[in-house]
Parts: sequence; C-alpha cells; structure tokens
Amino acid sequence: MHEWALAEAVATSLSRYIRDVGTSKIERLIIALGELQAIDREIFEFALSEIMRSSGIDVKSLELVTEEAVFKCNACGYEWRLKDLNIPEEIRESIHFLPEAVFAYVKCPRCGSPDFVIVKGRGLNIVGIEL
Amino acid sequence: MTYPLDPRLSVLPERLSRIRKVVVFTSSKGGVGKTLISATASLTLSRRGIRVGLLDIDVTNPTAHIVLGVDPSKVKPVEDRGIIPPEVYGVKFMSPVFFTEDRPTALRGESVSSAIREILSVTLWTGVDVLIIDTPPGVSDELLELVTNIRRFDAVVVTTPSILSIRSAMKLLDLISPKVSGVAINMVQGKSASEVTQLIKELKLPVYVLPYDPMVEQAIGNPQKMLATEFAREVDRQISSSIMSSLLNKDLNHQ
Repeated sequence: MHEWALAEAVATSLSRYIRDVGTSKIERLIIALGELQAIDREIFEFALSEIMRSSGIDVKSLELVTEEAVFKCNACGYEWRLKDLNIPEEIRESIHFLPEAVFAYVKCPRCGSPDFVIVKGRGLNIVGIEL
Repeated sequence: MTYPLDPRLSVLPERLSRIRKVVVFTSSKGGVGKTLISATASLTLSRRGIRVGLLDIDVTNPTAHIVLGVDPSKVKPVEDRGIIPPEVYGVKFMSPVFFTEDRPTALRGESVSSAIREILSVTLWTGVDVLIIDTPPGVSDELLELVTNIRRFDAVVVTTPSILSIRSAMKLLDLISPKVSGVAINMVQGKSASEVTQLIKELKLPVYVLPYDPMVEQAIGNPQKMLATEFAREVDRQISSSIMSSLLNKDLNHQ
C-alpha cells in the first residue's frame, strides 16, 4: 500500500507549513487526487488521518476531491481523457505506482504521436488549506 | 495563501536520511560506461558486505537492469507502506523499468522531474547504507533534480580518454564541482595510467583509471561473470574501496 508513503509526504509537507505559519490546527484541508494515479481513497484517507494524528496536526475537515485526468497532444493539439482509453488492469497498476509510466503505453488517439502532456489529474496535490 | 510545495519534496530528506552515503555517477557524454560502473560498483560493494542500493534514474531509457540480468516482467518491487525495491545479488535495485516494461518512453522535462520525485518519495531504502545512482548523460533534468533536491551526495564524473569526452567532463565538473568526489576515466587502452591522469591532473581530484576490457560486453546480464572481469576488479579496487574508506572515516570522525 504505497498510499501510506504518499500520505506521509502530505503530512510532512503540512507539518512544515503549519510550523511556518505558527499554528497546529487546520480548519479545512482539501486534497486533489489525480485520476491517473488511482490512489485508493479509503486507504489514503485512513493513512493520512493516522499520520496527521501522530504528528500532532489537527485537521477539522478533510476533503478529498478527484481530479479528472486530461491529456493533450503536442503534435496535433488533440485533448482526451483517461476514460477515453482502454488500459488493461496490469498497466493501470504500473501507472498507479508511477503515473509517468503512461508515456510508455499511450499515444495520441488522433495522430499517434508519443509527444503529449498530462494537462491535469496526474497525482495528488494540496489544493486548499483554511486555518 | 501559498500552499506547501509539491508534497513529495517534503518527504525526500526522510526517505534518504538513513542512507550513509549517496554516490551519483554522471557524465556529459553518453556511452562512457556510467551504467556499467554504477552496477558493477554496487555488486562489488555488496560482495564486500556493504548494504547497497542501486537506483537507475534514466526515466526515458533505463538500462541498469540489463547489466544486472533483471527481467522487469518477472521481478517487481513490493508494495508495503511504500515501494520496497527487489534484491538482485544482494543489491536493492529500483528502476523506472519496473513500471514501463522496457517500452520506449518519451517524456518532456517536467514529466521527467515528476517521475524522479515520485520514485524518490515512495521508495523505501530500509537497511541501505550506500545508495548508488545511475544517471542519463548530460546536464539533464535528472541531474538537476538530484542537485536541487538531494542535499548530500558525492558525484563521480565518468569520461573516456577521448578529448571530446574529457572536455565535456570538464564543463560538468565546473558546474557541479562542490559535489564531485572523483573522476573515473573508463575504457582506457593504449595509454598509460599516468598519461591519462595527466589529462585532468589540475583538478586535484581522485582519478579512477578503468581499463577497456572486452570481456565486459559478454558479462552484461550475468553479475557473476561481470564480477570476474578485470574491469570489475579495478572498479572494486579503486571506486568501491574508496567508498568504503569514506564510510570508515565517517565512523572514526563520529567516535
């Protein structure tokens, strides 16, 4: 369950942030989970809550929002979504560990170019903190 | 309000905190033997009883697994509150190839940096004392990502005796000089060691002179065979022994 390692990264980051602003309480924390990484929401939420509790970070409200994964071709400009693709389960597993592995398996559905970018929805991000 | 930076960067120091020494093999030019030296140094350190890890951060074209004879479709890291690298001949080995299945992977700079951050932030190097990092050639995103985000590491700049390679190595040395602990001149033939060392003597850095050994090519994919080559003997005698000495000095300084 590498969600624990990701939760630890978020908690470490938050810990540093609240120390810098001089508080231990967060009223509202919003984290975006990129659809591409397919983080197990339940495990991540549990892991993050546990790690934050043991680190003395008091979060009153934790919100996890899913960010849709969108790609754009650098060659023809076509945009597409993860749901437009049919990616086998074992490859999804590899992308779960390393989202950039998507570049090994996907090409632009319109022109076939391997040169594309992940516009959004890659992995996790802290998108909101209310103190 | 400014939110915390990329959360992955916050946890990097923790992930590497118990590693006593990180050694990065780098070069300006490709084909100078970084991967062979990285993998062979890892194998010889492991044979010396050092708990060693090898990380290939060439995201677009990882090849260290080929030297170690690892089939990425059969060998996989284990997931347990992070990613635990598989062990190959006593070396804990991590590579992007475990997730890309050795398929061609075209990434632009930002994605390269992101992939390296991801690997560094989720890989658990528990029990590793020395981490060897193999990099792609050039002053690339991969190297900059290390220089920016890893505070403590020693770099060994790898070159061949070719003047093109040495001139390029000089530029790299100029750029990352505080981090450089030595220069490895690889594939030396037809010139004496002192002649080659003379080429970069003004740098006042340790110089490791490694021979051109035709047996190396045949030993790729077979670590036992690799360890029996003259090349491996010299990597061990010069580079691995130097890494061991620095660990010993660290211990003595802490006593």
